[in-house]
Amino acid sequence: MSREQFRPADHPNEHFILTTVVGSYPKPKWLDRVRELHDEPEGEFDDGEWEEATDDAARLITHEHERAGLDAVVDGEMRRNEMVEFFADRIEGYEFNGPVKVWGHNYFDKPSVVNDVEYDDSWLVSEFEFTDGVADRPVKVPITGPYTLASWSFNEAYDDDRELTLALADLVNEEIRKLVDAGARYIQIDEPALATTPDDHAIVGEALDRIVADLPEEVRIGLHVCYGDYSRIYPEILEFPIDEFDVELANGDYEQLDVFKEPEFDLDLALGVTDVHVAEVESVATIKANIQKGLEIVPPERLTVSPDCGVKLLPRDVAYGKMENMVMAAREVERELDAGEIEVGAAVADD
Amino acid sequence: MTEFVATTPGVFPLPDWAKDQLGSLKGHQKEDLVDGSEGTEITDVYEETRATVADWQATAGLDRVVEGQLRWDDMLAHPLCVHDAVETRGIVRYYDNNNFYREPVVSGELTFDGDLADDLDALGELAPDTPTQAVVPGPYSLSELATDEFYGDEAAFLDAIANFLAGEVRAFSDVETVFVLEPSLVTSPPGDGEDERASEAIDRVADATDADVVVQTYWGALTEKVHAHLLDADIDAVGYDFVTNHEDNLYNINEYGTKEGIALGLADGQNTLVEEPEKIAERVAWVDEQTPGAEFETMYVTTNTELFYLPVSRCVEKLEALAAGAARAAEVAR
Repeated sequence: MSREQFRPADHPNEHFILTTVVGSYPKPKWLDRVRELHDEPEGEFDDGEWEEATDDAARLITHEHERAGLDAVVDGEMRRNEMVEFFADRIEGYEFNGPVKVWGHNYFDKPSVVNDVEYDDSWLVSEFEFTDGVADRPVKVPITGPYTLASWSFNEAYDDDRELTLALADLVNEEIRKLVDAGARYIQIDEPALATTPDDHAIVGEALDRIVADLPEEVRIGLHVCYGDYSRIYPEILEFPIDEFDVELANGDYEQLDVFKEPEFDLDLALGVTDVHVAEVESVATIKANIQKGLEIVPPERLTVSPDCGVKLLPRDVAYGKMENMVMAAREVERELDAGEIEVGAAVADD
Repeated sequence: MTEFVATTPGVFPLPDWAKDQLGSLKGHQKEDLVDGSEGTEITDVYEETRATVADWQATAGLDRVVEGQLRWDDMLAHPLCVHDAVETRGIVRYYDNNNFYREPVVSGELTFDGDLADDLDALGELAPDTPTQAVVPGPYSLSELATDEFYGDEAAFLDAIANFLAGEVRAFSDVETVFVLEPSLVTSPPGDGEDERASEAIDRVADATDADVVVQTYWGALTEKVHAHLLDADIDAVGYDFVTNHEDNLYNINEYGTKEGIALGLADGQNTLVEEPEKIAERVAWVDEQTPGAEFETMYVTTNTELFYLPVSRCVEKLEALAAGAARAAEVAR
């Protein structure tokens, strides 16, 4: 039942396909400028001004998500620079030694774990409280998973990456419990590193067991894994203690859709229905067709739709257009389901 | 008497100032990467970076100096990515790493290029007191990283790549050593017949130079059969990754023998934890003890992988540790 709590009071249709985003959103140019000024050693912007700017940006993008009509919103990760750095900076035991290459002239400050990792101050509670305070819709909290935090770091301190992953999972659990205390009900664990090394799915499963320990039933836990060969982690992911599995399939034109048909997919499906690598807004008709791909796997009451992945690299108007069309497409599909005009491919619950 | 040679498989990280400067000059998208026709402004920056990494190596006291492969935006796929008969397409994953390169698609005949020799020449007199080492991708790995739309079948493609690399190596000015990097022999082992062809391809590349040829394998151990075939090639040393898998590598050496030279990948090229020189010397001695049947003329002491995975400060510290570790190993052996 964790899903119905996200249905808006004024939802127009009987069917409800939950619309949301994966997390990141293009930062307004002025925010990048403020960051530069704040980063300069003798810069004219102090911490207070940086906070004001990120508050403004978070408010702006949260409202932009609401304007697009999303059912569960995010602040577009306006306060976060990068998905590992941001957390490593807040976890005891990490240090930074300089940038390393990802590809071409794109680098990332890959941190090193040099001591036992420990929980210090909360990572995301103030971000959540702010967003929740300005949003009318429920807020989803994306959080980088422990396997990715471990894999995308240099491990100097633990015997292997499994040990480090599990130690980090305990910290993620502590953070999520704080988020839940603050009112969060929708958490998304991002594990892109699993796509790189799919044979490690058992480690991710073990970590998830720790992450969800002692969480109340009504908290919805999603897992996002992008850019990979899903057949290498399916059906193993069905054993994970999660409510929802979030996949990127629009980019590959749903070639991997069949992976999820056998054995039966019994989680909720969060399906990418717009391609974040194409800087053009797909038509409502195209997105509707994509949404119906999801109905081949799960019935509508177990379908969530979102863009494939974070949209931060898209031009902002394109990012907005994709969300707006996605919501319109979802509402049209719901209407057609209500009217019995759409056949649902997946077995609908008997009751 | 064993000679201990401290060296690296090359492919260095760019100095941090050059990361910014080249990023601004070239751009951050895939069409902005090196294609072999860089203008003087960009070439000048690379000249300066080459001098910087030559200085790191000489100052650390390594026994071989490489030009650093700083222009290799596409890592081991570089020699193809800059070739006229090759088109680069999407960004694809580089082995099991969080790194990506442009997929090179071969659409014409792989004629002589000279790109590698030019970079080697540019090293020139930057480290006059240290013998020079060239670095090239192995023919099998290069063929695995690329897509063929010209030669038609796998055997013909590998053959063409071997001929191409042999031509590039033949154009090298005097070098002491050539490191041939062959991680794909481990990560996607050649099957029956292909393993023999992979060895012949390496043999052809090795035949193009009078320098000592070291074939560095990494990210695990070779299968027994691939290892046995590799030993058929006329090379001077095989490199083994003792960081990732010391047991199977040791087994291969003891079961099938190896060359008179050996490269010991025993400092971790992908971890910022810097090994103590004493630790490196211990590991060298350990390999020597564990291979009682082998008498090595040369032991190359190196990282298991290329170095670009590391932040600059730790990369420089690794070089120092390798040099001091090899020196310590030599002392212990005496």
